[in-house]
Amino acid sequence: MNGLEILRFALRGLVANKLRSALTTLGILIGVAAVILLVAVGEGSSRSITQNIQRLGANTLTISPSFSGGGGGGGGGGGMARPGGGQNSGPRTQARPLVLADAKALTDKTQLPAVKSVSPVVTANSAAATHEGASHTISQVVGTYPSYFEAANKQVAEGQYFVNADVVAARKIVVIGKTVAEALFGRTEPVGKAIAISGVPYTVVGVLKESGSAGGMQDADDLAIAPLPAVQQSLTGFGSLGSILVQATSASASGDAQSQITAVLNQRHGITATGSADYRILNQATLQETVSTATGTFTVLLGAVAAISLLVGGIGITNIMLVTVTERTREIGIRKAIGASRGAILGQFLLEATLLSLVGGLTGVAVAVAGAQFTIAGIEPVIVPSSVALALGVSVGIGLFFGSYPANRAAKLRPIQALRHE
Amino acid sequence: MKPPAKRGEASAQARRTTAHAEPHPVLRVQDLFMIYGEGDAQVQALRGVSLDVYQGDYVAIMGASGSGKSTLMNILGCLDVPTSGRYLIDGVDVGALDERRLAILRNRKIGFVFQSFNLIPRMSALANVELPLTYGGVGTAERRTRALAALDQVGLADRIHHDPNQLSGGQQQRVAVARALVTAPALLLADEPTGNLDTKSTADVLEILDQLNDSGRTIVLITHEDDVAAHAKRVIRLVDGQIIDDLRQAPVDGPPPRPLKAAR
Repeated sequence: MNGLEILRFALRGLVANKLRSALTTLGILIGVAAVILLVAVGEGSSRSITQNIQRLGANTLTISPSFSGGGGGGGGGGGMARPGGGQNSGPRTQARPLVLADAKALTDKTQLPAVKSVSPVVTANSAAATHEGASHTISQVVGTYPSYFEAANKQVAEGQYFVNADVVAARKIVVIGKTVAEALFGRTEPVGKAIAISGVPYTVVGVLKESGSAGGMQDADDLAIAPLPAVQQSLTGFGSLGSILVQATSASASGDAQSQITAVLNQRHGITATGSADYRILNQATLQETVSTATGTFTVLLGAVAAISLLVGGIGITNIMLVTVTERTREIGIRKAIGASRGAILGQFLLEATLLSLVGGLTGVAVAVAGAQFTIAGIEPVIVPSSVALALGVSVGIGLFFGSYPANRAAKLRPIQALRHE
Repeated sequence: MKPPAKRGEASAQARRTTAHAEPHPVLRVQDLFMIYGEGDAQVQALRGVSLDVYQGDYVAIMGASGSGKSTLMNILGCLDVPTSGRYLIDGVDVGALDERRLAILRNRKIGFVFQSFNLIPRMSALANVELPLTYGGVGTAERRTRALAALDQVGLADRIHHDPNQLSGGQQQRVAVARALVTAPALLLADEPTGNLDTKSTADVLEILDQLNDSGRTIVLITHEDDVAAHAKRVIRLVDGQIIDDLRQAPVDGPPPRPLKAAR
């Protein structure tokens, strides 16, 4: 009595009840497919969120003024840096805005080795722009340094960037986003043309590559970027900065960069160890970490729900195998009477259960792989290989585990009991 | 109650004829008791049965229903375990065997034919006959050869691919006989093999059993029909779980009496 013979008996047993076997298999199929597909959807959404964050600029830290003392508002979560903690919530008397001198101080390579570039930023919201009768309200006009393009991951598709010389000369030139270009120029070529922003004439030198706005967020292509002094002159005035965009030398160095910036700014702003800072630092790397932890939890949750359906499928196998054993008690008796050992009977029924779950598992994988080709709820699923291995392994394990009780019951029957069974 | 004279005579005769070749009886039962239930509901199915059967014998066990003959048969086939008493097959004490060895014993030493045929449904006649060889670990080619030979022996060479439900009762029983003898067992047990068969099929099956016995196979069968018992060399009668009569109709080493042909 070898394994192959037992396998033949098991197959014969399954084929004898095709519909029943198919329905039991379906239970496992659904479970396995659900596990793989839901984990893939979770992974897909996690990746798309990560991509969206990276699109905002990798390795960057945004320093913005904070007038609320230690209160430091919601949104950023882990990205918030509040060196002084929240003890001092009283009215602030020494809150200083961010100024250009702060940005210049951050370029000191000896004190801040982890900082690659510093871009002071002023923003004017909802500026009216016109070009030969066409008008458009640009939601964001950014005045900054050329290093901003790299730090904020803005790339020019046509034309060119402005350079440091343009900043020094305060030239009225501008790089516009795709949305602005389409609104003002339609199909004509914008580079080299003049536009008026709030009545001040600017020359378009470049058009940004379409960044593709993420769902729910504001249009990331509805912006214009110009040299800092030009925007200060015409729109915002020479007061404080809106923010300072700092690029760290690498993603792993962003933590170092954050602490170095904190040290310098604390000194400049006269923040003591117990006082709360009048600025805050949004760290893209920690934000990304936080978001991926959250989406990881989300994926695990989806997987857990799917795992329950796999368990239900497993109980379906036990149920069907118990019916099979009861129904075939007499056959078990006959087999024992002509010399089948306990092992042979156990093997046959265990193998039947395992085959059911294995076939269900394999087709489940196939269904999940096919299903992952489609976009589900706006998310492109990404199949995680380990989830495939796990779902398959668990399904076979389920066959063995849930099949062992009925199989054992079959094997333990005394031949005469089994033969008397009607 | 026991007829010691006749039993002794039969045993002595058997021993005389087989002593030089066969030191042990094929089957030896000593003081077998089988008790079902407890207290007031207690039933003594067997009350001290002792029996020796030697190589080549053809024994019919007769008795009314409830006489314990089926219980005895199940014990002889190692399908059931007696409450007390010893049972030896080919000198091997069955009571001392574990589950695995018992399965091997059932497979190699015993061929069992049931009243209700007990073929496995949805398996061809050939596959049914091959089954004991499969469990015995015989290779595919040899299995096929031996199963075909066994089916040929019972005259069903042309029905090997039929499923049991495509065969008549007599044909099914002949497949069952082929299945019982395919492993060349020391002992062929038949529990009312003709109980569910018509006259013609009964004659067919009995003829096969006669032939098997003639070629040296030891047969023990249960019946309550005198016609069937007349084929045996030795007839044992059971009443209330005890042997009350043990009649030798023909010598152990001779041919079976075959009165059926003589009578018709």
